[in-house]
Amino acid sequence: MKVRVHVSLKPGVLDPQGRAIQHALEGLGFGGVNDVRAGRLIELDVDEATSDAALDDMCRKLLANMVIENYRFERVAA
Amino acid sequence: MSGFRSAVITFPGSNCDRDMAVALEKVSGTAPERVWHGQADLPEKLDFIALPGGFSYGDYLRSGAMAARSPIMRAVIDAANAGVPVLGVCNGFQVLTESGLLPGALMRNAAIRFVCRDAQLVVENAGSRFTSRYTSGQAITIPVAHHDGNYFADDETLDRLENEGQVAFRYAENVNGSARAIAGVLNAAGNVLGMMPHPERAIETAHGCDDGRALFESVIAGLVAA
Repeated sequence: MKVRVHVSLKPGVLDPQGRAIQHALEGLGFGGVNDVRAGRLIELDVDEATSDAALDDMCRKLLANMVIENYRFERVAA
Repeated sequence: MSGFRSAVITFPGSNCDRDMAVALEKVSGTAPERVWHGQADLPEKLDFIALPGGFSYGDYLRSGAMAARSPIMRAVIDAANAGVPVLGVCNGFQVLTESGLLPGALMRNAAIRFVCRDAQLVVENAGSRFTSRYTSGQAITIPVAHHDGNYFADDETLDRLENEGQVAFRYAENVNGSARAIAGVLNAAGNVLGMMPHPERAIETAHGCDDGRALFESVIAGLVAA
């Protein structure tokens, strides 16, 4: 089954890439964009039996850096 | 010092491993062992381990993230916990934070741009085994070349680093937006140092500057004294 892991910077952590994207949007004439935070989407194809605990472990040990990032994951119906 | 037993780890994408090896041989008189990341074991009885700069695994996922999980890092972590001095420079610093040997994280430079220049540093703690040949407050020049050198840690961690003397070097002019202009960090035990500037690129006057040499001399002097 597919699992989508969303990794994002913790609130309060400066995001230079998000800021650059925001400036670029402004440069293209899009108004009203108050903030941009850039994250990462990782799609896993895992065995049905894979537990939430195992997915948590994957996120904490590799997919996210818990010093600066939060994560959440969702199972996606095929 | 004859018989200085050091190792330089090479990951796929390391590109400063040769510079580090040359620096270690020039300063110590003994060539380091070259160790590939896929090895499970380090050479025995090492006096010093260096994690070099570069772009291990193409900086995939996060800089240093993949290298920090490579087989040799389990042995490096064991050696560090046993007290062997470990130096990580640039990507090596990123590997050390990703592996948990050092606190904090290295993020994209605040100005987004790759920074490649000589950086003025201030030696904050000259009492460590990596810095004993400097004096506290000394201004030195060491080159930097990185995209992800923006040191981040939460305020509580930063306060602890400052209070415990774990800030080894600070930028005189903050080149990358690092929290409190931190350029180099020691672990609590003082035997692991990570720094973005490249001391191995500044060990003889032909480099334009030899302010990095004293770092390697400090490590060697510490071993002789021990």
